Amino acid sequence: MIVDTGRKVNIAGPQEDSGAVIRVERVHKIYKMGDVEVHALHGASLSVNRGEFVSIMGPSGSGKSTMMNIIGCLDRPTKGQYFLAGQDVSKLNKAQLADIRNQRVGFVFQSFNLVPRTSALENVELPLVYAGVGSSERLRRAREALAIVGLSDRERNMPNQLSGGQQQRVAIARSLVNHPSIILADEPTGALDTRTSTEVMEIFQRLNRERSLTIIVVTHEPDIADYGTRIVSFRDGRIKRDVPVESRRDAAAVLRELPPPGEDEDDEQ
Amino acid sequence: MNLIAILKVAMRALGRNKMRSALTMLGIIIGVGAVIAMVSIGQGAQQMVSSQINSMGSNMLYVQPGNMMQGGASMGMGAASTLTEEDVVAIQREIPTVAHVSPVVRSSGQLVFGNQNWFVQIQGTNDQFPEIRSWKVQEGDFFNEADVQSASRVIVLGRTVADKLFPGMDPVGQTIRVRNLPFRVAGVLEAKGQSMVGQDQDDTAIVPYTTVQRKLAGRTIPAIGQAMVTGVSETGSKLAEKQIADLLRQRHKIGAGESDDFMVRNMADVAATSAQLTTIMTLLLGSIAAISLIVGGIGIMNIMLVSVTERTREIGIRMAVGARPNYIRLQFLTESLMLSLLGGLIGILIGAGISRGISGVLGWPTLVSSLSVFVSFAFATAIGIFFGYYPAHKAAALDPIEALRYE
Repeated sequence: MIVDTGRKVNIAGPQEDSGAVIRVERVHKIYKMGDVEVHALHGASLSVNRGEFVSIMGPSGSGKSTMMNIIGCLDRPTKGQYFLAGQDVSKLNKAQLADIRNQRVGFVFQSFNLVPRTSALENVELPLVYAGVGSSERLRRAREALAIVGLSDRERNMPNQLSGGQQQRVAIARSLVNHPSIILADEPTGALDTRTSTEVMEIFQRLNRERSLTIIVVTHEPDIADYGTRIVSFRDGRIKRDVPVESRRDAAAVLRELPPPGEDEDDEQ
Repeated sequence: MNLIAILKVAMRALGRNKMRSALTMLGIIIGVGAVIAMVSIGQGAQQMVSSQINSMGSNMLYVQPGNMMQGGASMGMGAASTLTEEDVVAIQREIPTVAHVSPVVRSSGQLVFGNQNWFVQIQGTNDQFPEIRSWKVQEGDFFNEADVQSASRVIVLGRTVADKLFPGMDPVGQTIRVRNLPFRVAGVLEAKGQSMVGQDQDDTAIVPYTTVQRKLAGRTIPAIGQAMVTGVSETGSKLAEKQIADLLRQRHKIGAGESDDFMVRNMADVAATSAQLTTIMTLLLGSIAAISLIVGGIGIMNIMLVSVTERTREIGIRMAVGARPNYIRLQFLTESLMLSLLGGLIGILIGAGISRGISGVLGWPTLVSSLSVFVSFAFATAIGIFFGYYPAHKAAALDPIEALRYE
């Protein structure tokens, strides 16, 4: 059996400090659905600096999901260029994109997307497995990531033994375990109640503040968007509005204001 | 990316649907088991045939007189009386690669002892019969050269004949009557069992060929029906085959271009022919079993396709966090390989068990050769890769965005 061990990606130069972590330049994305061409992005440009916390908003069909997929290297633009941490990733092949996702991007999804019947710890280890990290180092880093999201005591639990909020925290731990350049969260609070949502946003704000992690959150909810430093609104495949948040919300403060949880809200499901 | 992680995931995936995995493996188990059992039975049969051929006498050649035409009608091989006593003597004398030669003159008759009687095929040979047929005398002695010279009335009985005429008695030294002539029983041959064609080889009696010609014959003296020859070795008998033919052509004054009036048959050729037959049988049985192995492989492909569909979302997650398409491919290939290898292993054990059972019940020798084990294991592996490749490729070709959205 052929096993590729030399898995480390060649990432061109440490350019993260030069300013923009994400530089999307006039990208177009055209989907072909049968004979019909759907123009999902019309030359949208976006630049995100290191340490920013960007909220992306827009109605469905506005192109924001397409933009997320391109930024997350799940998809390639039809036209235009995309530089992630200084590297042009718009022309890479599938395997190279997989490597970039592994090394540069952390994903958090609305539906958590943990691998079923696999423990929290192993879920967090997953990106490290594909990065070719040895098992003891994997364990150490996965535990560290679980500690950051406050789930050290749940590492042996399977996803179905965790509440929604806990599952999302495992997903966050997984997204940051490989020290990515950006964390992309696609409606991370869409399936959670207010309190759990606020807790999740508190973790994002903490990571953003303490580790200068660049965070991009796609959301429908203006409340959630206000936890960021900047709001980018999409409409008809273009960026319609790109403004800094004037009065940013502090999730930790909001949590203190909320009525105390009944019992342990994590186990309510 | 490492093998242990792949194996762990594969084992978990197969363990999650134990019943399904077991049923999928069953196809391979039956296929491999059938191949092993069939081939071992075939090879057992082959071995049995060759041991029987060896029991007829190793390095043995038969020289038969040729075809005779009577009024335009062929009387068949051996009908002519072109093989003479002098020919036999010449073969013995002039061909150094020949170890033993005996003429064979056939007759038959009623053997009578007291109130017992038994009809038997009588073979007239010389004293070299035991060496040629590698057939030992169990009780008493074989007749000697002097008996042959003087056409003595001595007889050596096969085991079956001895048991029929002398139930519970020692036949050696007794006198029996053959066609109303008294014969002294010199010895009894050891039991040899059935021949290839199912004939009881022990239902025979041997007397000097001169005795058949001079004492037992009626008005016409029976001709030499056959000469049995053994070479000094296996290669010796090969060489002898050619030399005998040359000698007889010369003695019978057969010119170049004329056909032989005799035939030399090598038992090694007979053995080779029947070995070929059983090989064909083995191949036939094996290939029918192999078809069931292929059907088992299709079962694997089927279940792997189901598994890929079921785990589409999981594949999407793995791709999103950085699994290359090749890794996904390897993952699913590993799972189908595990199914086929484990199935192959169990199939080998079951196949070996079946062939053991058959040899136990039917008394038929079976042989589980390491070659058939190796080949069927390799075949199972190939099937795992071949039928696992398409589902694995399908998994690897998934679009991560689509896969993540899959419900």
